[in-house]
Amino acid sequence: MSNKIKKLFSGDGIVNFSSSILAIICGLLFGFIILLASNPSQAYNGFMMILQGGFTDGMKGVGDVLYYSTPIIMTGLSVGFAFKTGLFNIGASGQFTAGAFAAVFVGVKFTFLPPQIHWLVALLAAVAAGALWGCVPGLLKAFFNVNEVISAIMMNYIGMYLVNLLIRNTIYDQLKNQSMAVAPGAMLPKAGMDKLFPGASLNIGIVIAVLCVILIHVVLNKTTFGYELKACGLNPDASKYAGINEKRNIVLSMVISGALAGLGGALLYLAGSGKYLQVLDVIAPEGFSGISVALLGLSNPIGILFSGLFIGHITVGGYNMQLFDFVSEAIDIIIAAIVYCGALSLLFKNVIHRMQMRRAKKAERRTRAAAKEE
Amino acid sequence: MNVVYFVIQQTMYFAIPLLIVAIGAMYSERSGVINIALEGIMVMGAFVGIFFINIFQSQMSGQTLLLLAILIAGLVGGVFSLLHAFAAINMKADQTISGTALNMFAPAFAIYTARMIQQTQQIPFQDTFFIDKVPVLGSIPIIGPMLFQNCYITTFIGIGIFLVAAYVIKNTRFGLRLRACGEHPGAADSVGVNVAKIRYAGVIISGVLAGIGGLVFVVPTSTNFNATVAGYGFLAIAVLIFGQWRSNKILMAAFFFGVMKTLASAYSAIPVLKSLPIPNEIYKTIPYIATLIILAISSKNSQAPRAEGIPYDKGSR
Repeated sequence: MSNKIKKLFSGDGIVNFSSSILAIICGLLFGFIILLASNPSQAYNGFMMILQGGFTDGMKGVGDVLYYSTPIIMTGLSVGFAFKTGLFNIGASGQFTAGAFAAVFVGVKFTFLPPQIHWLVALLAAVAAGALWGCVPGLLKAFFNVNEVISAIMMNYIGMYLVNLLIRNTIYDQLKNQSMAVAPGAMLPKAGMDKLFPGASLNIGIVIAVLCVILIHVVLNKTTFGYELKACGLNPDASKYAGINEKRNIVLSMVISGALAGLGGALLYLAGSGKYLQVLDVIAPEGFSGISVALLGLSNPIGILFSGLFIGHITVGGYNMQLFDFVSEAIDIIIAAIVYCGALSLLFKNVIHRMQMRRAKKAERRTRAAAKEE
Repeated sequence: MNVVYFVIQQTMYFAIPLLIVAIGAMYSERSGVINIALEGIMVMGAFVGIFFINIFQSQMSGQTLLLLAILIAGLVGGVFSLLHAFAAINMKADQTISGTALNMFAPAFAIYTARMIQQTQQIPFQDTFFIDKVPVLGSIPIIGPMLFQNCYITTFIGIGIFLVAAYVIKNTRFGLRLRACGEHPGAADSVGVNVAKIRYAGVIISGVLAGIGGLVFVVPTSTNFNATVAGYGFLAIAVLIFGQWRSNKILMAAFFFGVMKTLASAYSAIPVLKSLPIPNEIYKTIPYIATLIILAISSKNSQAPRAEGIPYDKGSR
């Protein structure tokens, strides 16, 4: 029994987990130093606001964390899924925007649909649009050997300009320079969330996100299809030799990845929280947050769920921190520092490994001493 | 004819920063380190450089101020790139991840610092660097209006950097060693080349040039800095790939993209294009769509450095 527990604690999982925690601690410390450097007298209060995050405002705060986490869990899942299959999907922003536009378009225009299925159709449209946008870098990678990082970035810019153009020509609210409001039937049902978390703009979006997490977990870990995708990620040549169609898998994993990001866009813009698609030349930041979420969650779907909640938590903290005259971009600095520390995981792993070795040696010495006494 | 001169002058504004950053990226990648952090390094260089101009423009102006700002931007870029070098070379980290972290850090840092110091995130500056006409050279027929009128000193600095960089990587001992580290670090190590040192040099060169490139991009095309270089760092990587990691081809690729970008941003000043019924947004997507098409054509037989992106491990020699 104790052996089993020991195995659990010395396994790869726990080492990875604790190196993630170490990265978070280092990132937060770095953020604290930045706060100290910019305004020493308020730094402590501001930092406490970040740590408390969603727990400042009672149930409303918790609801806000869930609301902010929903889209970035989806983009995180998108990036993480691609990571597992050996691809770096930096294009989640473009896929997110494409999905958001498709959802809002259906939400505004397809008012002939009954309200029970209107929002479902809008979600499906978003999935299709995201998949289409993810498909392009996948095809280019599979058949033309184009680096998916570059092509996905180009797709981000193309998507941004194209969506601006489409909004302006179809669902444009000229006065506010943004998209029109979606029909009430296209908004995501509240399903009692508004009673549970009064004041927060929460709905079944978070439930859909959690369902996606479970779905991706099952696909990656329990199906042949998922196994093939992971095999391609680990060693494309070996999997080709084993008879796996690696070109098809590259395209499929980008399609699924794009669909997840697109769904994330729909979940944000159909939430009925007063958020509209803006006609600005800015790439959706949710896609880049998704990269941090995926890296912090070690591309593991369950890990992504928790890292998404964590980033949502400190994002809410960042808004609260403005009370103390701090700029909420401090949160982005902290997240970047966490990701950087995560990249140094080798350093952390070595530290943890050395600690374990020292403990093992000590234990060995103790048993030897005990044996001598006898 | 005036339209042609105009297009060429505009192309310089866009092509020169791309050329500087892409030639820097060549040094990093051919030493074996993927530097996707160029976008972030450009933002850092531009941020500090423009901030410097903003502070000192009441005391100095013209070319001295610009040259000093360029030096500072280069210095900041070099220092910032050390973070990437440390992660990639010493820590054997995933180079895409550490680069992404730098890309996320730079704009957040620029916005945070600007807003903490001056409340707004835009940093305005006065453009006292514009050169109407270079004396003597500007009056040469044809070449004069093309290169030496309505220009910035950064154009000539960029061309100078390109010539030096192209010569160094091809014809010096350092260049040869750098290329060896990118192709076969084990072999380079076995004849006594310090792989880590050379790779550090490659990353730092790319950082210095990206920092300069960031400033050189912002100065001619804007009068304030808003914590972004509009994806130019990524475009520079596309230029590098399109240029097959070779300096002469990079030169051509950079000017190709410069022309595309000019069409995208200055089409309304070109009578033929303005009369076409094409919306503004479509023009803006031209450089990015062109990149995709060009990459689809040129990536099939890629001549990427063989050891690119792989941390060097002495034990695996």
